Amino acid sequence: LEDGRKLVEYFRAQIRGDPDVASAVAAIRSLLEFLRRDQSETILGLRENMTQAIRRLEETDSSVAVSSGGELFLRFISLTSLEHPDLSQCKNVMIERGELFLKKISLSRGKVGKLCHTFIKDGAKILTHSSSRVVLKVLENAAADNKRFTVYVTESQPDSAGKRMAQKLRKLNIPVMVVLDAAVGYIMEKVDLVIVGAEGVVESGGVINKIGTYQMAVCSKAHNKPFYVVAESFKFVRLYPLNQQDVPDRFKYTADILKTVKDLNQEHPMIDYTPPSLITLLFTDLGVLTPSAVSDELIKLYL
Amino acid sequence: RLPEHVQVDDPAALKKLAKKLERQQVPLRSDYGYKVSLFSHLHQYSRKSPPTLQISIPATVIHPSIVRLGLQYSQGIIAGSNARSVALLHTFKQVIQDYSTPPNEELSRDLVNKLSPYISFLSQCRPLSASMGNAIKYIKKEISNIPSQCKEEEAKGKLQACIDSYINEKIILASEAISKYAIEKISDGDVILVYVWIHSERKFRVIVVDSRPRLEGREALRRLVKKGIRCTYVLISALSYILPEVSKVFLGAHALLANGYVMSRVGTSQIALVAKAYNVPVLVCCETYKFCERVQTDSFVSNELDDPDDLIVTRNGKSHLENWQTVKSLGLLNLVYDVTPPDFVDLVITDLGMIPCTSVPVVLRVKNVDQ
Repeated sequence: LEDGRKLVEYFRAQIRGDPDVASAVAAIRSLLEFLRRDQSETILGLRENMTQAIRRLEETDSSVAVSSGGELFLRFISLTSLEHPDLSQCKNVMIERGELFLKKISLSRGKVGKLCHTFIKDGAKILTHSSSRVVLKVLENAAADNKRFTVYVTESQPDSAGKRMAQKLRKLNIPVMVVLDAAVGYIMEKVDLVIVGAEGVVESGGVINKIGTYQMAVCSKAHNKPFYVVAESFKFVRLYPLNQQDVPDRFKYTADILKTVKDLNQEHPMIDYTPPSLITLLFTDLGVLTPSAVSDELIKLYL
Repeated sequence: RLPEHVQVDDPAALKKLAKKLERQQVPLRSDYGYKVSLFSHLHQYSRKSPPTLQISIPATVIHPSIVRLGLQYSQGIIAGSNARSVALLHTFKQVIQDYSTPPNEELSRDLVNKLSPYISFLSQCRPLSASMGNAIKYIKKEISNIPSQCKEEEAKGKLQACIDSYINEKIILASEAISKYAIEKISDGDVILVYVWIHSERKFRVIVVDSRPRLEGREALRRLVKKGIRCTYVLISALSYILPEVSKVFLGAHALLANGYVMSRVGTSQIALVAKAYNVPVLVCCETYKFCERVQTDSFVSNELDDPDDLIVTRNGKSHLENWQTVKSLGLLNLVYDVTPPDFVDLVITDLGMIPCTSVPVVLRVKNVDQ
């Protein structure tokens, strides 16, 4: 219990210290620190503790990325043959692999940015939804490449995350305009392409993202505009939702609401599910994928 | 090269087949009745003349349990992809038990050669299904992998064990794994449409869709009602009437093709099409041993024509189609399978987990690597 509290403290401190870091990366850093400090006597006990730790972090931050990142971390470090008779040696191997994993995923955002910015042509008008650090990186790379483009951002209620995104873009001297969530249909004919981030990429190739993404995808399909999703590979999760109802409740609402509110039907969900038929391409650090290729990559990652 | 069972209208191919069957001493079954021209490249047999009538009893070349199995297939006593594969594997166990290596021969080569006429006979009784094809491939591989210094009893025991584990893993445990995954997808208060049998325990209502001439839905209905699940029974013609009430559709599959198409009982693609129009999710349940490397985009090239006399129905003492053979321009078509494109299927539940339809080649690749 004590360890659980310290873990959450460390996690929160990571987020405070580096607001630009992805929440999953912060979670994995905390898990690595937890692994270093863990005092179990057996591998099984260690793994038990790690699973508990991941669950504890999920309770703090209910986003899909923390859940998927945690599971992938655990799989990656236990994938080696842990046959050393000495526990501390095993632990060192695990810590080494954990650090390797962390280094790999810290670089993933840069990789995605490099891949995607070439798809933005000079004079393009881009529509994006809410505030995504990966999309920001992509647009940063495109601007650094001396491309001229305009960005439309949706306000993204209820937390007005879109306005924060607009501020960050203005700092980069990119012309940006904030539009109402309801104005997506109106603005779609003006834009050339739509780029959104993702909180989670599911097995079918669809994405889970801030509420309003599905609407945007449907509109862009109706106008035949390409709909691109940018996501790092640690966001790939073993879920397979069939429709909006099928997304588990623990991802739909923030952690505090899940703990306090009794009747979730009265609450507004924070995320929605966009099916793969509406997505043109996914940009990940594993490469540029079509939605049907996501399942292929997932099988490789998880099996 | 096209397989011979889809080249029935080519006389050269037929002659080749007749020669091969003569060599193996397996009787050639003749087609029955007028065939609709689009399907004239497929066999059409009558249930009233099974190939067992043409062989002597006791059969010299063909093992008696294979003869029995062939009769059960041709009369429809054993039907359904899983049942046929399991029966086939059990019969092969019996055959292996009774086999004795002739002098100067090796078990690994001779047994495989002995199996060929049996397989020809069985395919004359009823064309082999994709699952049976995969099972036969597996057995042949296991037999040819028996080392030559292995003693006969030991080899036989090994093969029996292989077959048992195949049945257990790929069929029995696989269907349990599929049920487990399928249960996750069923929520309380769901209304589910089934065209296949499924086991589960949540509070939901089931609508069973059935179609002539086999009316296999009745067996599923019986079993569901016994478990106390609220059921509704409709014929496939009432599909668009009942679909607005449905939350999920569960379908079974006979085989999953390498391009993601689902081959299943005729009527399945119709259900998937209408479900798509109503935005109802379609889930297909299929074990991985039914995945095959074939590619098909339509239901015409490779299919099975069942006995056309099955379509004759007697109502109030009158059977209108009784003398259909006398009407020169009339053909009765009793198709067994149809092919559903992957755009209509939302999810495939296999024993490896839940995958999209387009990932079938990935699973085939992973399986080949495993072997």
